[in-house]
Amino acid sequence: MAGITLDSLTKSYGPTQVLHHVSAEIEDGEFVVIVGPSGCGKSTLLRMIAGLETITSGDVSIGEKVVNTLEPADRDIAMVFQNYALYPHMTVRQNMAYGLKIRKMPKPEIDQKVQEAAEILEIAQYLDRKPRQLSGGQRQRVAMGRAIVRDPQVFLFDEPLSNLDAKLRVQMRLEIRKLQKRLGVTSIFVTHDQVEAMTLGDRLMVLNGGYVEQFGTPIELYERPASVFVAGFIGSPAMNFFPAEAGGQSVTLANGAILPTNQTARGAVTCGFRPEHLVVDPEGPIAMEVEMLEHLGGVTLLHGPLQGTDQQMVVSLDGISDVQMGDKLHFSLPANLVHLFDAQSDKRIG
Amino acid sequence: MVENRPLLSILAHIVLLLGVAIVALPVWITFVGSSHEAERMLQTPIPMLPGDQFFVNLRQTLWGSGLEGSQTAPVWMMLMNSMIMALMIAIGKIAISLLSAFAIVYFKFPFRMGFFWMIFITLMLPVEVRILPTFEVIADLGMLNSYWGLTVPLIASATATFMFRQVFLTIPDEMLESARIDGAGPMRFFWDIVIPLSRTNIAALFVILFIYGWNQYLWPLLITTETDMMTIVVSIKQMLEAAEQTPQWNIIMMTSLLAMVPPIFVVIAMQKLFVQGLTETDK
Repeated sequence: MAGITLDSLTKSYGPTQVLHHVSAEIEDGEFVVIVGPSGCGKSTLLRMIAGLETITSGDVSIGEKVVNTLEPADRDIAMVFQNYALYPHMTVRQNMAYGLKIRKMPKPEIDQKVQEAAEILEIAQYLDRKPRQLSGGQRQRVAMGRAIVRDPQVFLFDEPLSNLDAKLRVQMRLEIRKLQKRLGVTSIFVTHDQVEAMTLGDRLMVLNGGYVEQFGTPIELYERPASVFVAGFIGSPAMNFFPAEAGGQSVTLANGAILPTNQTARGAVTCGFRPEHLVVDPEGPIAMEVEMLEHLGGVTLLHGPLQGTDQQMVVSLDGISDVQMGDKLHFSLPANLVHLFDAQSDKRIG
Repeated sequence: MVENRPLLSILAHIVLLLGVAIVALPVWITFVGSSHEAERMLQTPIPMLPGDQFFVNLRQTLWGSGLEGSQTAPVWMMLMNSMIMALMIAIGKIAISLLSAFAIVYFKFPFRMGFFWMIFITLMLPVEVRILPTFEVIADLGMLNSYWGLTVPLIASATATFMFRQVFLTIPDEMLESARIDGAGPMRFFWDIVIPLSRTNIAALFVILFIYGWNQYLWPLLITTETDMMTIVVSIKQMLEAAEQTPQWNIIMMTSLLAMVPPIFVVIAMQKLFVQGLTETDK
């Protein structure tokens, strides 16, 4: 077992720089999720750790050892690919055993390891089938099995759930989480799905345009987003943002509404609050006319412009609400749930 | 299409039967011709039904001296020559093309695309075009009247290289990455992953190349002067002109019939893989 250290990693393709000085300390046994929109460089970062992409500058260390120039096979890692990358002409058993066979492990030992992994993943009855005879979820398990038998120091997952249907994805997500806790292997998981990221990761690295926006626990990211990007990316529906004028302990929106805040700032700021933190309060400072309703069962989403402006906002109310379209509602929220960001740099204030 | 127009389907069947007849009639006549005595074949009208001399002719053609009064080698020897030539061409082409396509697709080296285009451009230079210089080279190397002389100039193949390149390009990159993480080196990857994944394409190409090699006429005609190196396709033509006598049609037809057998056998044996190789796209 080993931790991973990324030291000022960069990656360029010709003149285009796709990763900018990414540094991180990943602890032994930790489950880190790299999340970001497509094209943010998250897969590239994972592939650099795997050794499938060259490193332009900086160092990757696994354990105490810098592995920059090592072949993927010598880095003691295992990787699960998005399309599983199972060898189509080999049976499940051969697929799982292939890496061990190359390592010249004795046959009885290989059989034992494959059997163990197959039992953990409940695919023992499929061992003699070819990948094409399996369903998507079963292939996914085989791909994981192939990673497990190797006993690697690090698991790398490259969007492994994105080819599964929604229900199976939720189930596999939980199983991956359980498996990782049980095996205690340091893992890095790449995804563009923020819900997947929040549920899986001990810590999340949010990447945007090749820069690390924030690296922290899911709760930290939710409660204290470091930038407008993180605030908007984490949480669903996304946070509401309004340009505002801060004045010490309060902040004034464009329509004159005054909100309390714990962040001390003056001048132009971006003010954000989450849809689920707003509570209906006839005396509240935030007024909205409901233009559209979404009944999701567990929650009801209200859409409409902030009164006096044309800026859209979303409110999420618990349960099935009896609000009608066209209703005018007032909302309030506590000072600690109002987030202020610098209007220029988009970074969190305070 | 679900249509009920009897006239149309009768017409369609007539056209189809006509097509079958056009293809099958020469083969039938060859078979009939090979089953009569030599004299019968010179009388008109030529017979349309098989005679009783088939096995006599077969024995004389295969093991006897073949044509009476000529010094040609027995046909079994020519069949063997053709077989060795066709196999060497097919296997040699496939082996070289697999390796060169593997190099072009999976390795980065200077002038990689340059090499690819150099190979590709040779498509424009079939044997017939470069026949004189090639003959000169083979003659200088002392390879006239040898199996090497018969096959080596025909082995280097742009078509097969190009085809395998296309096949390899359809193998997902993750397969290579996965193998790298599993610790497979380039040749291991080649043997364990690339070859099995292109198995059906190899089979399809084998069929095509075997028949290509079997049917070679011009090159063997140039390169072989001794009768015991002669291939069967060349010899059929020689038999027609042999020794200024009337052609012995029964023997010639029997030889033609024998010349058809190995390609048919290869096609039938490989049929399933052949069709898969040409139609399968899923990797």
